[in-house]
Amino acid sequence: MIQFKEKIAQTFFAGASFFCVLVTLCVLGFMILLSLPVLETKMLWPILTDPWSPDHGQFGILSMIVGTFYLASFSLVISFPISLGCSFFIQLTHPGRSGQCLKKIVQLMTAIPTVVYGFVGVFLLVPVVREIFSYGSGMSILSASIMLAILISPTMILFFSQSFARVPKNFTGAVDALGGTAFQKIFYVILPQAWPGVLTGLVLAFGRAMGDTLIALMLSGNSVMLPSSLLDSARTLTAHIAMIIAADFDSIEFKTIFICGCVLYLMTSLGILAARLLDWKHA
Amino acid sequence: MEKRIRWISGLSILFFLLSVVGVCSASGLDAFKHENGTLRISGGTAHIPVMKEAAKRIMEFNTDIQIMIAGGGSGAGIKQVGEGLVDIGNSGRKPTDSEIDKFGLSMYKWAIDGVTAVVNPANPVTSLSSKELKEIYGGNIVNWKTIGGEDRPINIYTRDKSSGTRSVFWKKALGKGDISGKANFVASNGAMKTAVTNDPFAIGYVSVGYIDKSVAPVALDNITPSLQTVQAGEYNVARGLYSNTKGDPSGLAKKFIEYLLSPEGQKIVTRKGFIPVN
Repeated sequence: MIQFKEKIAQTFFAGASFFCVLVTLCVLGFMILLSLPVLETKMLWPILTDPWSPDHGQFGILSMIVGTFYLASFSLVISFPISLGCSFFIQLTHPGRSGQCLKKIVQLMTAIPTVVYGFVGVFLLVPVVREIFSYGSGMSILSASIMLAILISPTMILFFSQSFARVPKNFTGAVDALGGTAFQKIFYVILPQAWPGVLTGLVLAFGRAMGDTLIALMLSGNSVMLPSSLLDSARTLTAHIAMIIAADFDSIEFKTIFICGCVLYLMTSLGILAARLLDWKHA
Repeated sequence: MEKRIRWISGLSILFFLLSVVGVCSASGLDAFKHENGTLRISGGTAHIPVMKEAAKRIMEFNTDIQIMIAGGGSGAGIKQVGEGLVDIGNSGRKPTDSEIDKFGLSMYKWAIDGVTAVVNPANPVTSLSSKELKEIYGGNIVNWKTIGGEDRPINIYTRDKSSGTRSVFWKKALGKGDISGKANFVASNGAMKTAVTNDPFAIGYVSVGYIDKSVAPVALDNITPSLQTVQAGEYNVARGLYSNTKGDPSGLAKKFIEYLLSPEGQKIVTRKGFIPVN
């Protein structure tokens, strides 16, 4: 009887995971299928390299790809040190009440919808950025990545502190016994031990930053030029899809957004694959 | 006796007046008396103020009716009504012939709307020639100082290609001229207003119905865009506001469109800053 129940549970869980994998693959298949009409006309290369100017028959998405990378990377640059610091605080330097309190707040932050960050950004951050640099409209890569950094930091903080917690206690105990400082403990023992976890957190956060739509749409200005500075307005692939989706079904604009989807899919998948590979090599 | 007659006649006049008022206020809405169900509307964002007011009145009159209004832009409105996702798809431009053929659309134009360039109210520039406007949007005039404003770069805001507001502004105000690649893109009339309200160095364009204290319209070739100038044909950056249905409208959708075209509906149109068609 117990074995029977066990079997049912096994099949059920196997089925569920199989279903998840299937859906993910179906999405990729669906997007490739729908981008076939464009691929057949040998427009792939122009689409990947041209500027976006539908009025002149150019439908390139290069500046969106660059914009996506630019935005996601810069938001990581901002949030990585902050997240690392917060997880040190939670896990190592203040594991007591204040650390737990911070952890609870961070957990709460994961539940804030992105549109709220976008809204706050439009009314509070954008005018400040515009006035400080007195350049452009304030709707820029900088504004969007600051808000994105706030959005993705909880993912990183929770991931980092989890991997710090997994460092064996006797390792850290040994550092204390040798009279090591907290700094030495962090840099010579914990980080070398926990870095695969840190890397995974970093990749997941990068994926989240790339995949977010609303913050980019509301704050980055969505211009179609190749961005040349942090204060320039830029458009991400996700925001581009959100804007073009209203276009006529039969138009080339509409067809190219499936290419955008594929590119976005491949970019995130490759990142996650790389992280898993590194993780696996070290395990 | 005389007093009594006067009294009665007074009373009857009162009754008469009351009944006339009663008939007037119910004339448009009466059609919705025994209706129930849901009406889904999406599309052009210029239409929304009128849609909302009409929906509010109808839903207050008959609480069994649910009317849901979404934006999305003219392109989305036409596409969604064609796909049968909504009952009425609004567009701020006439649907193209291929769209009409493909989806079998019926179009109803219930208002005329001007599209005007807007700047922040703090901006001293309140009038531009069409040549200046073209050069600003084309990226040739890049500083407000050149046209009598502060020494700050001009921040251009525009809409994506599926916007009906953009399509008329681009055709009639910019003469199909280029729009600078540096322009920022926003997704609706409302988002455009928010952007220009918050940015003292912005220039954008909205439907005249969206003009209030938070954004200042720019006179084009010395003609201030307003209800009167659009109606008189002096300000010509204007277009029809359309509600489209797949095939001939029926049920609630039909009554809703009839209501928009009724005297009461047209009054709402005027109140929201558009020009009635009837």
